[in-house]
Amino acid sequence: MTVPPKLSRDRVAQLTAADIAPGSYINIGLGIPTLVAKYLDPAKEIVLHSENGILGLEGLAEGDEGDEDLINASKQRLQLVRGSSIVEQALSFAMMRGGHLDATILGAFQVAMNGDIASWSTGAEDDIPGIGGAMDLVVGARRVIVVMEHLARDGRPKLLSACTYPLTGKGVVTNIYTDMAIIDVVPGRGFVVRGIAEGLSREALQAATDAPLAYADEVAVLSAR
Amino acid sequence: MINKIAPTLRDAVAPITDGASVMISGFGDSGLPRELIDALIAHGAGDLTVISNNAGTGETGLARLLALGRVRRMVCSYPKSSGSVVFAELYRAGRIELELIPQGTMLERMRAAGAGLGPFFTPTGYGTSVAEGKEQRIYDGKGFVLEEPLAADFALVKGYHADRWGNLTYRLAGRGFGPVMCMAAKTAIVQVDDIVPLGLIPPESVVTPGIFISRVVRKDA
Repeated sequence: MTVPPKLSRDRVAQLTAADIAPGSYINIGLGIPTLVAKYLDPAKEIVLHSENGILGLEGLAEGDEGDEDLINASKQRLQLVRGSSIVEQALSFAMMRGGHLDATILGAFQVAMNGDIASWSTGAEDDIPGIGGAMDLVVGARRVIVVMEHLARDGRPKLLSACTYPLTGKGVVTNIYTDMAIIDVVPGRGFVVRGIAEGLSREALQAATDAPLAYADEVAVLSAR
Repeated sequence: MINKIAPTLRDAVAPITDGASVMISGFGDSGLPRELIDALIAHGAGDLTVISNNAGTGETGLARLLALGRVRRMVCSYPKSSGSVVFAELYRAGRIELELIPQGTMLERMRAAGAGLGPFFTPTGYGTSVAEGKEQRIYDGKGFVLEEPLAADFALVKGYHADRWGNLTYRLAGRGFGPVMCMAAKTAIVQVDDIVPLGLIPPESVVTPGIFISRVVRKDA
């Protein structure tokens, strides 16, 4: 059996970044989402939000530079862009929960065809649970964009008819970018593919997905670079 | 004359008793009042309920307080930052209670307590395990969960500058949980880099006014 063609993490991040409108206010989570920031065109003036009260963060600080009191949600030291602002955390969460962010980009363990997302716990006995800001982000952001690998490390599908892990949010996911496809979650239709990795067959994509896939009128072929 | 300045860190934390609930500011290391935590460790109070976003990393600060067995119950949103090994060990051994709260709900519960509000409805956690056992309601087509105010006996907070009235500024994103914790605690104790003469902080630059503050102390006092 041949290994199905997959997009690199950087390519997935690049495709995600290309779909963010100029002037958007967005929050970027851990994992592949962190890479998305690298591919945002500065000319689009997309403002990055960090839950600890920062609007307008730039890349990470270099080497020993940076400040203990200026970090992102991954607790990495960072830098600010011109025009940035810092507020108390309750106000930062008002931005998140209150529908002021255009999009949140985050990873997930599982996404269901009704838009449910599970990203904080596998429910395992020895798992230390941690929610952080994820539940506030998914319930409040106008678009909830999941960026992740299509399959879990053990090869099991992460796109499902129904999530089996504890939920982060119910019916909230709008778009999914994976190393195999770009998929929209459409109420009443479920998963609708609008892009598929070059060389990957629809049968192979369906086999990697534990829910029925529909296709948009126009499906883009996603080149490896 | 109003003078909220405590002469030493030890004096600042002296009123904290066994069994007290203590809010501790900070998001990871950002905004974490290390010197006050060290003073609390030296002070010796135990059987504490600690309310803080994270549960300490490494072996110092909050992690040290936990390792010494001083904390009975941890209330937080994210106790599994990389390096949160002390908490993980205690939790797996069943030696610490955990109340896990979504971060925005934790903040708003503290804000509600400080603002004199009762329970409130939030959409966060609706349809998840967080909502189990709580009143839920559909409003304007959207699901909401009833959450209660979260108050505490004490708050330990990291500020930047203070005056003797307790007016406060913060550094960068070190502001974080400081303002809501100062509101939600009966006794807010704040460490600062410097104490400045009354009137030096421009009124519109005061982030937390002294009305919410009981004690300020220099972090090197």
